Amino acid sequence: MTSSHATLPWDRVGSAGVVPERSASFENVELSSGRVLPKVDVVYETVGELSLERDNAILLFHALSGDAHVGGWREQDAREQGWTPEDGPAWSPEGASFGDPDAAPATAIRPGWWDPMVGPGKAFDTDRYFVICANVIGGCSGTTGPSSIDPTTGREYGQSFPIVTIEDMVDVQVRLLDLLGIEKLLAVAGGSMGGMQALAWARRYPERTRTCLPIATTWRLPAQAIAFNEVGRTAILGDPQFKGGDYYESGQPRHGLAVARMIGHITYLSDESMHAKFGRRLRDRDELAFEFVTEFEVESYLAYQGKRFTERFDANTYLYMTKAMDYFDLATGAPGLPEALSGTPARFLVLSFSSDWLFPTYQSLQLVDALRSVDAEVTFAEIESPYGHDAFLLEPEQQHRFIQPFLDRALEEARGRGVTP
Amino acid sequence: MTPVEDLLRADLRLVTDLVPKGSRVLDLGCGDGSLMAHLRDERGCEVRGIELDPVEIASAIGRGLSVVQADLDAGLSGYRDGSFDVVVLSQTLQVVRRPAFVLREMLRVGNRGIVTFPNFGYWRVRGYLAFRGRMPVSHSIPYSWYDTPNIHHTTVVDFRDFVTANEGVIEREIPLTVGGFSGRIRPVRMWPNLLADTAVVVVRGAE
Repeated sequence: MTSSHATLPWDRVGSAGVVPERSASFENVELSSGRVLPKVDVVYETVGELSLERDNAILLFHALSGDAHVGGWREQDAREQGWTPEDGPAWSPEGASFGDPDAAPATAIRPGWWDPMVGPGKAFDTDRYFVICANVIGGCSGTTGPSSIDPTTGREYGQSFPIVTIEDMVDVQVRLLDLLGIEKLLAVAGGSMGGMQALAWARRYPERTRTCLPIATTWRLPAQAIAFNEVGRTAILGDPQFKGGDYYESGQPRHGLAVARMIGHITYLSDESMHAKFGRRLRDRDELAFEFVTEFEVESYLAYQGKRFTERFDANTYLYMTKAMDYFDLATGAPGLPEALSGTPARFLVLSFSSDWLFPTYQSLQLVDALRSVDAEVTFAEIESPYGHDAFLLEPEQQHRFIQPFLDRALEEARGRGVTP
Repeated sequence: MTPVEDLLRADLRLVTDLVPKGSRVLDLGCGDGSLMAHLRDERGCEVRGIELDPVEIASAIGRGLSVVQADLDAGLSGYRDGSFDVVVLSQTLQVVRRPAFVLREMLRVGNRGIVTFPNFGYWRVRGYLAFRGRMPVSHSIPYSWYDTPNIHHTTVVDFRDFVTANEGVIEREIPLTVGGFSGRIRPVRMWPNLLADTAVVVVRGAE
């Protein structure tokens, strides 16, 4: 072990601190659909220091509702709490909220979406690695998407925004890497939709990463996952506020988006975790009301989740992200998955979670089998967890166990100190 | 070092000697990857592993090894026929639920298999049952009957039949024992089914 933090448990180590938001612009971005966007702005954040050899960069990809703010405290949030640049980046606020961002009070300052995984001594150790995370194209957290202004009309794109794919997201981020002057990443990693981007990266740009960490993800959505996405989209599209996606003046289709989030959220949990968290407990009452009001804890939780989501997320982006996931098939254009992965030079670490029924372990095993059949270097583990699909956000310690030594060895090999098989 | 550890290490040393330099090796039940790392570093082998225990897998990752978490009873899906020169199954045959299936899978993906197992025909084991009337406990079988992972014990002779019945051929059979007073590991020259505490067997598929 070369990292001084390697033996510390994940929750005893430091925060990524205050992280400023950065942005870049790219012209003439060609998309899978054949359409070309004249200009795409990308919001991204970086944590840690890029080494002189530029060999320690890790690109993390966010999931459906994530953004570029992966770890630590958003600079703007920190300023609102009284932080000034003189305080330095190593700062933590009073009364901070950790864990599930939507479970926190609306006023609480929240760390990045993968904060337990990104920071000094954490799985993605920012004392050792230069961590990059960008908001995806089609998103609603700074990068150009349907809620951005179309320069040709001066109004929001809305539904005139072209359909984007997982591959398009990856292509935009390759241009970001070119801008940052990073030829080869140490790792690409992400959970859920982020894992799909990691896989797409490994296939499209095999020479531009040493390792690939697809976590709680799938190489293509099964019918069940597409079905859930379609229910969410139907809720949004059927909301009278949707107005063909042109709702930016009148207010977004909150009801439809909230329902979409509620159904989505159910698929991120598990029977076991919902039972443990809510059971059949009633909220603020002792007896049944015999009325259609919020009675059970779980109803109240979902309603709150849905409502909070509409305050921070754009309904059009929800449609575009779910469509991108539905379209994703890592084997597209190849006779099969093994052929698509054949000759990959990347070393893979595939992680799944025992109670994830949205992207169950068998889907990760299909990927693992394909990688084994083409003789790729692949390590796989199924992590025991009751938290369902969300486990990739909630089980930092168990992921750390595998990711820490994996990246440690990858960096050693990159620097020629490891034993080359 | 206890004789048990020594015996286990001895069988791994023997396995190492049996693996040709630069060959492609799959280690079934690879544990923390110590054999794999040794074969990679000392013999230039290309190695892959399969292991069930996540703690062991994490250790193997720390050695820079690629290990897939899987139950051997589920087979070696993904691996194409003949993808390995050697498939190693060290002191693991007796714990799997479907030994015949595991052997067939070994012979499918590998040109050769190296199997090591405790010999239930060993005289001490026989004597234990015969004279004490108790389930045998020995160097290689250190568990009580009620908490043993070993559910499929075999003997050197039974293993020969087992290989033949599963379309395999035994190329080499190396019976080993612990020296009576010296505690040293040595090969058994005669009556292997009676005198071997443990056995290392090289198998290949029948033509």
